[in-house]
Amino acid sequence: MKPRSRLPFYVAVFLLIAAGISLAVWRHIELGIPWLTGEQRPVWMLEARVDFDANDSAVQASLNVPDQPPGFRILSEQAASPGYGFSIIEKSGNRTAEWTKREVSGPQTLYFKAQFIPDETALGRKPAQEPKASNVFWEEPQATAVREILTQAKARSSTPESMTRELIRLMQPDTRTQNTTLLVAEENYLDLLVDMLNHSGIPARTADGLKLEDARRRQSLMPFLQIYNGQQWLTFDPSNAEQGVPESLLLWRQGSASLLDVVGGDNSEVSFSMLRQTVPALQLATMQVESNGLGFLSFYALPIEEQSMFRMLLLLPLGALVVAFMRIVIGIRTSGTFMPVLIAVAFVQTTLIPGLIAFLSVVSIGLMMRGYLSSLNLLLVSRISALIILVIFITAGLSIIGYQMGFNTGMTITFFPMVIIAWTIERMSILWEEEGAHEVAIQGAGSLFVAICAYLLMSTPLAGHLTFNFPELHFAVLGLILLMGQYTGYKLTELKRFTPMRVYD
Amino acid sequence: MDWISPRRLNRLGMLNMNRRNVDYIARYNERSSYPLVDNKLKTKLAVAEYGVTTPRLLQVVRQQHEISRFREMAEGLGGFAIKPAKGSGGKGITVITGRDDDYYVKASGSRIAAPDLERHLTNILAGLYSLAGSPDVAIVESLVESAPSLAKFSYQGVPDIRIVVFQGYPVMAMLRLATKDSDGKANLHQGAVGVGLDIGTGRSLNAVQFNRPITLHPDTGLALENIDIEAWEDMLEMAARCYEATGLGYMGVDLVVDANEGPLLLELNARPGLAIQMANGRGLLPRLRNIESLKRPHFTPRERANYAMDAFGAL
Repeated sequence: MKPRSRLPFYVAVFLLIAAGISLAVWRHIELGIPWLTGEQRPVWMLEARVDFDANDSAVQASLNVPDQPPGFRILSEQAASPGYGFSIIEKSGNRTAEWTKREVSGPQTLYFKAQFIPDETALGRKPAQEPKASNVFWEEPQATAVREILTQAKARSSTPESMTRELIRLMQPDTRTQNTTLLVAEENYLDLLVDMLNHSGIPARTADGLKLEDARRRQSLMPFLQIYNGQQWLTFDPSNAEQGVPESLLLWRQGSASLLDVVGGDNSEVSFSMLRQTVPALQLATMQVESNGLGFLSFYALPIEEQSMFRMLLLLPLGALVVAFMRIVIGIRTSGTFMPVLIAVAFVQTTLIPGLIAFLSVVSIGLMMRGYLSSLNLLLVSRISALIILVIFITAGLSIIGYQMGFNTGMTITFFPMVIIAWTIERMSILWEEEGAHEVAIQGAGSLFVAICAYLLMSTPLAGHLTFNFPELHFAVLGLILLMGQYTGYKLTELKRFTPMRVYD
Repeated sequence: MDWISPRRLNRLGMLNMNRRNVDYIARYNERSSYPLVDNKLKTKLAVAEYGVTTPRLLQVVRQQHEISRFREMAEGLGGFAIKPAKGSGGKGITVITGRDDDYYVKASGSRIAAPDLERHLTNILAGLYSLAGSPDVAIVESLVESAPSLAKFSYQGVPDIRIVVFQGYPVMAMLRLATKDSDGKANLHQGAVGVGLDIGTGRSLNAVQFNRPITLHPDTGLALENIDIEAWEDMLEMAARCYEATGLGYMGVDLVVDANEGPLLLELNARPGLAIQMANGRGLLPRLRNIESLKRPHFTPRERANYAMDAFGAL
């Protein structure tokens, strides 16, 4: 027989491990699922408050709400307004929150809340169609002044951006010339800028930004200028020509739509309050799962009941990995191949010490009873069946006694898999008869030791976190187990066992 | 704690559990051949065609109603052994050495009544001693009378000879002697003494009990240094023949030497243990690799036995 080449096997194992890890890394980057538990992320909670006096008629209040502001992602939106119908309407690139009510009178307050996550990579939305500079008609003598200033700015600039900067600089009070004083008044400064830029062929518009500071109330929006440079909208501070959106500035309104329209009310005004929250990164990631294409790989789409089942189930491969390692590489003998994993699973639910006490007492009482069953010379199947019933009685008895004595841990031992315990007792008792108590002690202690190791690994929060949120990591576990299946080296215990061979070396 | 470094073990060519499982048992033993060795009755029938002798089969009890016939047959017999066909590790084997009025005398000297013996047969049929609990058959064999030259070394129990046969070549052998610790059984991990045998001559090399080297048998007190197995070449040839009979590439062949009939096959083992290396003071790997590297394998068991005696003798 020719030994088959193992190369394809190793390549496959390598691919498996690589696939598992790279998929996990990809999902970490794409979905933002954190590697560690307890990681916190800042979230800005913004609240827009709309006040107006209704004048006894139907009311329709429309508030422009953010639509993908650069540097932020919207996590959640909600409106609080008793008795009002509410919907978010999206048309031609503008999103508006709309409250409606048939009969309203007196002062009214409406709230709109939204959560934003800072995200460096988030860009503003690209316009669906290329914006065009609108035509502006100027009357004399403004027309001449505008032409003069634009010519001056154009001469000193080469691109739409530099043109905008120059224009803003020319319009500042300290550099104002006769032409500008003719045009500029405090109220119309920004609109004038927009008009002049449009006149010179650069699409321009206004935007409203909100400076983010923790726990601020009654904040108002700050006006900004935006121009379109052929690729994207660029934001400028109209007072000092600074380009770009400053950090901690959220553009609430972009585009031409008005911020607030109230039909059927007077004295309407809008103000903002804000709060900086920290939210576990994991929660954040799961809230975004639905919106992401990679979300289908996650367990969070499942019903809660199934989720908790999978939480447990996905820990099993780790237990199997520990057992494989302990048996193949270390060489610890256990009774029953995967009994330790099942004991460890039970420990995860009962916690270690109560579980250990419960397990030891059930098994030792069971072993005593099995001694009697053995003298009956029953057939194997009925012996095990009788043992299962006995084990259930023992567990029930211990639970009741434990409860009466005031330990609730009595209840938790029901988590032990009864059939497995019955088999364990049967195996150990056969072992006792065949090989003596010494072997029972070795294998029993080995099983418990491996079970405790597996428990310690499975019960770490990180293990639960990684196995559940990155199920693809199980490919790597599978790869490791396959690799161990090919391990032909000495077990650690064999180095001890073969020690007498030293004399022949 | 005493340890031996993996490098030294490698130098000694010690075969370990993982390599045995992956490189030898999994590669050279066909799964379909296993039932042949796990069932003593099938083994008996399979090897008979290849001229391998086994203890004489007196009766096979397959069904409950056949037990009455067992009593008729047992009436006229002095000694016999009852074995479960699928038993392992000597479990369920009852050896009757003689009669005392209505009672049967066991090897240990205790007496047992006929109904108890019949109940034992019932238990065997029900699968009490077969590992998976599957229904079994009981085989009744004539008693092995160990050759006195070997029997004197063993405390109770019949000494047997374990030969590891790889691809039909006997590669390593040891004599297993029962002790008080092993309760008359020849299982090394229960405390039997293992005496390594030189493949070339059948002479003893070293002896171990519980993995520790010894020079005297702990119960009989006899020196274990100068044991010489008679008709060694025939035994090796017999072990080599089991390869043709079963097709198992890597197996342990357990033989006994009967005072009258010579070497008899007791059982075959598809997963022979590793302690034989310690009894021999030599690793199996160099010998296994030697066989693996043979360009032209020998065809007859005799040739293979001779090759092994030349190649592995007094190594």
